Amino acid sequence: MTQQKIIIEDIARALYDVRDESRPRYRSESGLTEDIVRDISRRKNDPAWMTEHRLASLAVYNETPPPAWGPAITSLDMDHIATYVQPDAVMAGRWEDVPEEIRSTFDRLGIPEAEKESLAGVGAQYDSEVVYHSIQTSLTKQGVVYTDMETALREHEDIVRAHFMKLVPPKDHKFAALHGAVWSGGSFVHVPPGVEVKIPLQSYFRLNAPGAGQFEHTLIIVEPGASLHFIEGCSAPKYNVTNLHAGCVELYVKEGARLRYSTIENWSKNMMNLNTKRALVEKGGLIEWVSGSFGSRVSMLYPASILAGEGARCEFTGVTFAGRGQHLDTGATVIHAAPRTSSVINTRSISKDGGVAVYRSGVRVSAGAKGAKCAVKCDSLMLDSESRADTIPVMDIREDDADIGHEAKIGRISDEAIFYLTSRGIREEEARAMIVRGFVEPVAKSLPLEYAVEMNNLINLELEGARQ
Amino acid sequence: MGEELLTIRGLRAGVDDKEILHGASLSIGKGETHVLLGPNGSGKTTLMNVIMGHPRYEVREGTVRFDGADLLALPTHERARRGLFLSFQTPEEIPGVTVENMLRTARQAITGKKAGVLAFRKELAAALATLQMDADWAGRYLNVGFSGGEKKRTEILQLLMLKPKLALLDETDSGLDVDAVHLVSGGVRAFRTPENACLIITHNAGILSSLSVDRVHVLLHGHIVQSGGPELVDEVGAHGYARFLEAEG
Ligand SMILES: Nc1ncnc2c1ncn2[C@@H]1O[C@H](COP(=O)(O)OP(=O)(O)OP(=O)(O)O)[C@@H](O)[C@H]1O
Ligand SMILES: [Mg+2]
Repeated sequence: MTQQKIIIEDIARALYDVRDESRPRYRSESGLTEDIVRDISRRKNDPAWMTEHRLASLAVYNETPPPAWGPAITSLDMDHIATYVQPDAVMAGRWEDVPEEIRSTFDRLGIPEAEKESLAGVGAQYDSEVVYHSIQTSLTKQGVVYTDMETALREHEDIVRAHFMKLVPPKDHKFAALHGAVWSGGSFVHVPPGVEVKIPLQSYFRLNAPGAGQFEHTLIIVEPGASLHFIEGCSAPKYNVTNLHAGCVELYVKEGARLRYSTIENWSKNMMNLNTKRALVEKGGLIEWVSGSFGSRVSMLYPASILAGEGARCEFTGVTFAGRGQHLDTGATVIHAAPRTSSVINTRSISKDGGVAVYRSGVRVSAGAKGAKCAVKCDSLMLDSESRADTIPVMDIREDDADIGHEAKIGRISDEAIFYLTSRGIREEEARAMIVRGFVEPVAKSLPLEYAVEMNNLINLELEGARQ
Repeated sequence: MGEELLTIRGLRAGVDDKEILHGASLSIGKGETHVLLGPNGSGKTTLMNVIMGHPRYEVREGTVRFDGADLLALPTHERARRGLFLSFQTPEEIPGVTVENMLRTARQAITGKKAGVLAFRKELAAALATLQMDADWAGRYLNVGFSGGEKKRTEILQLLMLKPKLALLDETDSGLDVDAVHLVSGGVRAFRTPENACLIITHNAGILSSLSVDRVHVLLHGHIVQSGGPELVDEVGAHGYARFLEAEG
């Protein structure tokens, strides 16, 4: 009989941890000063209003204290972060035109392959700039725009100006202000009214430089009656110095439109992930968030949905896996600001080897949002006694005619469940893995296919030499 | 008596500082059907847990041999792989793990071979039909949201699929309606061959009516106070445990 050793592994990191030798064309000095911000703006040929926006954001950043709650972020010292790292590449429309060292990174991550098989468009960002962008011509013919933010700023300046950091203003919090000052890269999508984009678009963000930050800005506008599935992936190799990710995602879902926004974050464990995402959903529109948080040392991530129009809906599905040395503070926020809006939040978190997983939800129902419905279900599983899990729900209900449900469970794997499975001949370690897989199953099912691999790695089966 | 399959001698076991089994002894041979009777709290489930190796229970004294092996030295999964099966009095719910997935994993663990998908499915469909369970049962999460009776039926489904040498059935008939008792009893009959055996814990004679019982044991305060033929079932049914309690003093 084969004796196998099965352990519930961390995410298999080897794939992501490969650093490459690509040297940046330009790297800003570490730290955050007006000179640095002006320098970035000049290098990026910003229009004047954007330069002003950056400087105004810097001022907000300097005035704003870091959040007084959540995980400790004291190890983040902006004096040691280079906010702009320009790769030695110009944006290409063909992978052949992307420099070899950079292209091989994306090859390893399987991006060009996924593009061929299952995507209608791809964006690939390397450090601070997008190095590759493509979109199927059938979509451009229908008027769909999918490009990097810099190009969007040049070619669709009015639309960008009308929406850029309007949902997430720099004053929102310190790292939104930081983003406003040094943002670079990211994707822009505009789907015209009634156009259904049936195959997903995907942007991948790779931070290769040590001691640097990535501040991409994603702006998506789905016009009335249109639909889109957008996938975002992120990873970085591990360094001994702290890296920072403070991206910003702004999603506009117009009347009767649908947007599914899927993310798999798999940052290395030296990453501070302080990311801000927000969606504004109009009448009858739907935002679906699928969020997998597996990497980073510290994450603070609470995608927010503002249900602004009657009957607007939000579905949030999240899974968080905190291993050794990780403190992942994740969750979701929903604001019911119109009648008959509804939201469903369903999350699972796992902590092991001393990892900390905190689920933080905020549900607000404004006065007048009659018939609003909200169902929150968050389950946490701790795999050992060193690990921690917590749920912090905040509810602010200002309308009597609202139906709010909240269900939170924090547990450990029960000895009885293990005994039950082992009594069926299954080894204890495998029984544990089955229970963990089962725990995330309802959520794993909704992850995009492209990420099935990552999800399978979640509970990795490690086979150790066969023994009699 | 047939070739010995399970032999328990002088078993003393309990939890923490509390001894629950005070020297229980019992033997079951191949091809036999035994019944274990005893009032609530007498230690029947504890005995099953100890035989199966539940980590909460500590064995202080005694031996348990199963098919030539020292059972107490083996981890639970190894006991199952050697042909032991316990139908739980209160089966666990395992969210996110389907009945089929669990059965396939267990089958593979026990036989050491990968189960062929088609053959396995066919076998599963047949077992479900025997127990008059819907085909989509296999896709449900194990015991999650099952009624008490459905859980018990699922235990027998597992019995049919895993084909152990010895089945321990802990009140598999409790909480079942009349028809379900017949189904479960039929399931046990379908399972039994001259090569295997079973030990049935029950508070009702119903499940036994269509089975041929070889031996009956009465467990009281952690001792087997009497072992005898099938007539013991009727006696306990008619007079309860008073006689044994008096004898114990
Ligand atoms: N894990 C445990 N912790 C503490 N006490 C226990 C534990 N398991 C069993 N006991 C006690 O041991 C005694 C025997 O329990 P057991 O469940 O074995 O009885 P039983 O014969 O199966 O009863 P029933 O017919 O009600 O199922 C009871 O007094 C019970 O409370
Ligand atoms: Mg019992």
